[in-house]
Amino acid sequence: MITITINGKAHQLDIEPETPLLWVIRDEIGLTGTKFGCGVSLCGACTVHVNGEAVRSCGLQVGDVAGKAVTTIEGLSSDSKHPVQQAWLVEDVPQCGYCQSGQIMAVAAFLKEHPKPTDADIDANLTNICRCGTYVRIRSAVHRAAALMKG
Amino acid sequence: MNQIVKTSVSRRQFVVASATAAGGLAISVAFPGLADAASLGPQAWGPDSAPNEINAFLAIDPDGGILIRSPHQEMGQGAITALPMIVAEELECDWSKVKVEHASPARNLHEKQVYGPMTTVGSRGVRTSWQMLLQAGASARVRLIQAASQRWNVPVAECEAANSKVTHKTSGRSLDYGALAAAAGKITLDKEPAIRNPDQFKFIGKSVPRLDTPLKINGTARFAIDTRLPGMVYAAIANCPVFGGKLKSVDETPAKGRRGIQQVVKLDNAVAVVADSFWRAKEALALLKPEWDTGEAGKTDSAQFAKAYRDALDGPMVSARNDGNVDAEFAKSAGLGGKIFEAVYEAPHLAHATMEPLNATVNLQTDKLDVWVGSQTPMGTIRQAANASGLKPEQIDIHNCFLGGGFGRRSINDEMRQAILVAKQVGKPVKLVWTREEDVTQDRYRPQAAIRMKTALGPNGMPTAFDAKIAVGSILRSTGINKVESGVEAQAVEGFANTAYKIPNLRVGCMLKNTHVPVMFWRSVGSSQNAFFMEGYIDELAHAAGQDAYKFRRALLEHRPDFLGVLDKIAEKSDWGKPLPAGRGRGIAIFECYDTIIGQVAEVTVSKKGEVRVDRVVAGVDCGHVVNPSIVEAQIQGGIIYGLSAALYGEITIKDGRVEQSNFDSYQVVTLADTPKIEVYLALSGGKKWGGIGEPGTASTAPAVANAVFAATGTRVRSLPLKNLKLSGPA
Repeated sequence: MITITINGKAHQLDIEPETPLLWVIRDEIGLTGTKFGCGVSLCGACTVHVNGEAVRSCGLQVGDVAGKAVTTIEGLSSDSKHPVQQAWLVEDVPQCGYCQSGQIMAVAAFLKEHPKPTDADIDANLTNICRCGTYVRIRSAVHRAAALMKG
Repeated sequence: MNQIVKTSVSRRQFVVASATAAGGLAISVAFPGLADAASLGPQAWGPDSAPNEINAFLAIDPDGGILIRSPHQEMGQGAITALPMIVAEELECDWSKVKVEHASPARNLHEKQVYGPMTTVGSRGVRTSWQMLLQAGASARVRLIQAASQRWNVPVAECEAANSKVTHKTSGRSLDYGALAAAAGKITLDKEPAIRNPDQFKFIGKSVPRLDTPLKINGTARFAIDTRLPGMVYAAIANCPVFGGKLKSVDETPAKGRRGIQQVVKLDNAVAVVADSFWRAKEALALLKPEWDTGEAGKTDSAQFAKAYRDALDGPMVSARNDGNVDAEFAKSAGLGGKIFEAVYEAPHLAHATMEPLNATVNLQTDKLDVWVGSQTPMGTIRQAANASGLKPEQIDIHNCFLGGGFGRRSINDEMRQAILVAKQVGKPVKLVWTREEDVTQDRYRPQAAIRMKTALGPNGMPTAFDAKIAVGSILRSTGINKVESGVEAQAVEGFANTAYKIPNLRVGCMLKNTHVPVMFWRSVGSSQNAFFMEGYIDELAHAAGQDAYKFRRALLEHRPDFLGVLDKIAEKSDWGKPLPAGRGRGIAIFECYDTIIGQVAEVTVSKKGEVRVDRVVAGVDCGHVVNPSIVEAQIQGGIIYGLSAALYGEITIKDGRVEQSNFDSYQVVTLADTPKIEVYLALSGGKKWGGIGEPGTASTAPAVANAVFAATGTRVRSLPLKNLKLSGPA
């Protein structure tokens, strides 16, 4: 049995420890906001927080997460009021929306490290893929979220 | 702060967006009296019918809640916001009371296409359905007014509708739509009311926020891959890596006995493993070593194809356009010592790589099939499901979820067909998911193509004869849509056969040539390669003629004020003609795609190592009329990024008959770090033009960037992607 905590709730799972966290979140726990995009940590659609850090959950074995706190998009806020979500709303960022949970989770963690990000910080750290090409609005929303967080 | 944007087609040209300090673009949302947005549930599809329907497009509940159905699917392009806005324009309703959903394909089947073809391809949403949607709203409004006039026993002319109320002007009495809907639903009109002219629009033209955004910032929007059914099993599949090949045999032993594994399913050309979780299915599948019969196709490669397309340029062509006498003009020009200019361009196969890998969930019963899928062509998907299942179309329900990207890939649901075939063998509801590797190696690709263009330049430097020979894969033959017996398909010669450039002697020939690699619609379709060909070449002509690339195009388009409007706009906004430091350059391109004119100026920097960075793209758009400027801006931005991925990195190559790329490492796409500053300007000509917006943005990017690379380096780009080109940067 493996015990993992997702969005504050402990789950006991009878599961192979090498199962990628992504599939545990989606198929075992049933939280589908975290998406499968590439399976090999290239696209970031599956980004979640583990102990507050952004990780690509398709490349992380659930056995390595035991005892750690996992936050998914569903747990980022209970009311979509996280500053990154609010910035996303105001900038009307999503198009197809499939990558956006991962984008938002990546940015939420990034802004903790870079509360006043420059465009160069954004380019160097935010590498999630969006095929709809929402990048221009993502950039605007990142700056907006940073401003919102500063208050 | 954001700048308020007003849209009016009476002002021919206006700026839709302004650059913010952050380098991005901002559009505000401001429409007095409509502070609350309409809404959309996490699941995009709706049931066949609803209570309190006024017509197939809308229902009004006694409490005033309004349901509007979108006949096109939401795949990121904003259809589920923009199309209901068109209904709401005529309906005169309170937008905050509107709830929207995808129209039901099953209803469309049994009500004789009440929603039209429902295809979400070819940038057709607004372009083909605007009149139908205005009519649906107008018809409902007029009937609501009639219901009120009957209730009050007053003339219709004394009643008017606004903000979900009908008011009797004389007495000031008013009734909410909710109170009138039941009576209005029973009224039949002798004659459908006339629809508004664009200069009467009040709601169309506003940057209303997308209705799906709230669902897409918290993970609640439901994509097909999020479907969960009781008793459902998961299938992972490996298709024969060589298209057209067959499964010879597979030893099931390695998968057997592993935890959760239920069955190995053999299909004609694929093997699937069914398990109680997707990961277990995928891991077990990876252990199998299927033997494939790949036939002769297994010996082919991209170099052979490229040669075959180039060789085809020397062979016979089928005429797609033939104005004047091209051969006579070439002979005459040669006799006079005129300049004859010739170039061969090439374009590779491209994959769609939607963010959501293909997947479908099916519940197949003896007399009923339910499918959860993302489909761009739900009516075709019903037919495809009927063929695969053996059921009648009437027994099939397509629950069309939010599409995690389409770009043409979801016009044929190969994944659904396979899910049905697997379900037939396992007898349980099945969710079948393609891995990214399957997605990249089993796509239906943008066709590979080659073109030879030849031109005679007259004494004033302008072309007097233009000959284009195009060799390209046929999309219609490959997909089985049409045999193309004429030998010419519109997709192959888009932008050439119908070029707006005025050249007195103009000939376009086409040779459709398919390999075993399946080809299909890829965002902007034929324009995706033809814009690169035409606009790269036109740039070469301008250079050969010693003329400015913008002015050269202007001279060839003098008869088209709509093109000139776009050209002038981008030239002005991009600082065209202003000098740039060494290693930097600007390139211009303009193309018409799905009735929309899209011009772009790209500004690039080429490093000393020869690496290309696109710094800025200025886009000008004439789509005639705009329903939602913010969505239009986003589509152009996104289209540019999609085109930029193709221009910089995009290439699917074949070796031993199979695709060499497999994931985002080998099929690289643009990320934030590659993203230029993008400015989008509208230059609307209005009138009868209602152009598409999902695809045009992609078309002009590659040529604008290629031409900018030439301006920066002096090296012409005649094939893509740029990563394959050895460039020398500034000394």
